[in-house]
Amino acid sequence: MPVTREDLLHIADLARVGVDETRIDELTRELSSILGHMEELAQVDTSAVALAAGVGAGGTPLRADDRVAPLMKGTLESFAPSIRDGFFLVPRLATHEDPAESSA
Amino acid sequence: MTIENYASLSAAQISASVRAGQMTPSSLVNASFDRADEIGAGRDGLNIFLYSDRDACCEEAELVSGRLEKATDVGVLAGVPIAIKDNIASLGLPTSCGSKILKGYVSPFESTAVTRLRANGAIIVAKTNMDEFAMGSSTENSAYGPTRNPHDVRLVPGGSSGGSAAAVAAGITPIALGSETGGSVRQPAAFCGVVGVKPTYGRVSRYGLVAFASSLDQIGVVGRTVDDAAIGLETIAGFDKMDSTSSDADVPLYRLAALGKPAPAAREPDTEAMRIARTPVPLPPPPSETTLKGVVIGKPREYFPESLDANIRDLCDRALDKMRWMGATVRDVSLPRSPLAIPVYYIIAPAEASSNLARFDGVRYGLRVDPGKGLRPMYDATRSEGFGPEVTRRVLLGTYVLSAGYYDAYYKKAQAVRTLIADDFRSVFASGVHTIFTPTTPTPAFAVGAISDPYEMYLNDIFTVTANLAGVPAMSVPIGRVRRLPVGGQIITPHFDEYSMFRVGYALEAALGADAHR
Repeated sequence: MPVTREDLLHIADLARVGVDETRIDELTRELSSILGHMEELAQVDTSAVALAAGVGAGGTPLRADDRVAPLMKGTLESFAPSIRDGFFLVPRLATHEDPAESSA
Repeated sequence: MTIENYASLSAAQISASVRAGQMTPSSLVNASFDRADEIGAGRDGLNIFLYSDRDACCEEAELVSGRLEKATDVGVLAGVPIAIKDNIASLGLPTSCGSKILKGYVSPFESTAVTRLRANGAIIVAKTNMDEFAMGSSTENSAYGPTRNPHDVRLVPGGSSGGSAAAVAAGITPIALGSETGGSVRQPAAFCGVVGVKPTYGRVSRYGLVAFASSLDQIGVVGRTVDDAAIGLETIAGFDKMDSTSSDADVPLYRLAALGKPAPAAREPDTEAMRIARTPVPLPPPPSETTLKGVVIGKPREYFPESLDANIRDLCDRALDKMRWMGATVRDVSLPRSPLAIPVYYIIAPAEASSNLARFDGVRYGLRVDPGKGLRPMYDATRSEGFGPEVTRRVLLGTYVLSAGYYDAYYKKAQAVRTLIADDFRSVFASGVHTIFTPTTPTPAFAVGAISDPYEMYLNDIFTVTANLAGVPAMSVPIGRVRRLPVGGQIITPHFDEYSMFRVGYALEAALGADAHR
């Protein structure tokens, strides 16, 4: 099986996705099965292929690096989960957590 | 032509009637909502809409009426009700992407595509249901329940733009916008018996389309007819400074393709071409032995495998016979790397998705689930709670193929094979083939809940995903029915040659006539 339980926990950590204990084995199986279908790509000779991230006609055009501001019709307060003085508020990093303060 | 037969009117007919003062935008909005009520588009029925507000739309219709009174011409879509997939930002309307993580989110800016529709007089009547973040082929992955196929409520409408295809098929709007990453407009269009267009990558601005896989994503158009799709794409296509990947290639007037004329060199206002484009329903001349004279159509053997449903093969053969009768030459061709497209796509798309969806972390917008244990647990809990099973699966898959030790074997390899797939298309078109014709899907619509294996579901995209990987335009048009269910035929043309695609589409639609829907 290409994906192990440890792999799954590792990539879930990288992806910042909490995975419920009851779903770990199921997801491990599913990802292994899906990746099993990808193995046929290994048989294709791509040694002479130039890598490209896209395949548009003539490639992606180069343009001046000008900043174009979006036309915002709403305020940050209208969609942000938590905001103060124009800044997005986030919970403290756990390593800097002060239990007394966070429970206040 | 009256408001009573609204559900059968084309966008061009509606627009012409509004500009002539025979119908009002308000009456059309009400006709659209009445139709939705009549066929049960709501949550308890077909579940086509995620959001709609009749009163707000009536106010928007009044604004269009005001523009009509002041101006000689509001635009080619004056008063036309249009539905928008819920991953395309539309001012004043929520954009949830069918996900819990964006429940109630209202974008503070608008997609260029919707802005262009509104500038041309269209009225946005609804945001349509979809697979969460466009990840799916059945619209069963929506956090707000599956959409049902208007032809048979036991069946899926396809996906991920299932709500948009169902809205058009049910006669609620003549046009709807969807989005494509691997076939998400064409496949549901085929399942619902309507027309679906995926333009060339770069043809339509992606500004305001919530990103799934940025090298593949394109906004597409669902239309009741080829003409509806053409007028829709004509309106939204073209360069946009807000999308650095949008092309500044000239956008021909696609509706002229109905007349079988060569593509005009440039769009010039006040020309004969513009006048024809704005004329209501430029009825194409009846199909004849010369309609497609000189057109070479490629029939790729990889898209007609022995395992293909025999009835679908027969309908494709009938369509090819019609095109032969209209003067086209049909040539057997090969796209040898196309069978590798599904593994390639399901590496590249999840890889890009795992990066694009990193922004949904409970900090800037959408859902926040905070267990009160600091930042990392908040990220984990928000994304665990906010993403559904398929999105979680693809984010993890994408993270895996990009992670150290696996990048070369999966992601880098897939990128190389993608190049080979695109080379196959280039070779066929360079050999003198103008158009490629294939079935859109290997089967007609399937039952809700019938497919539980993720990879089996992915195989629904087997005939559509190659156009996304190669970046070429493609459309699905109805070519008949199997077991009373719609079947689509796919027309693929070279980069930025949507005009030829529409030319063949108009001709095939006219030649099949009522047979396209029976």
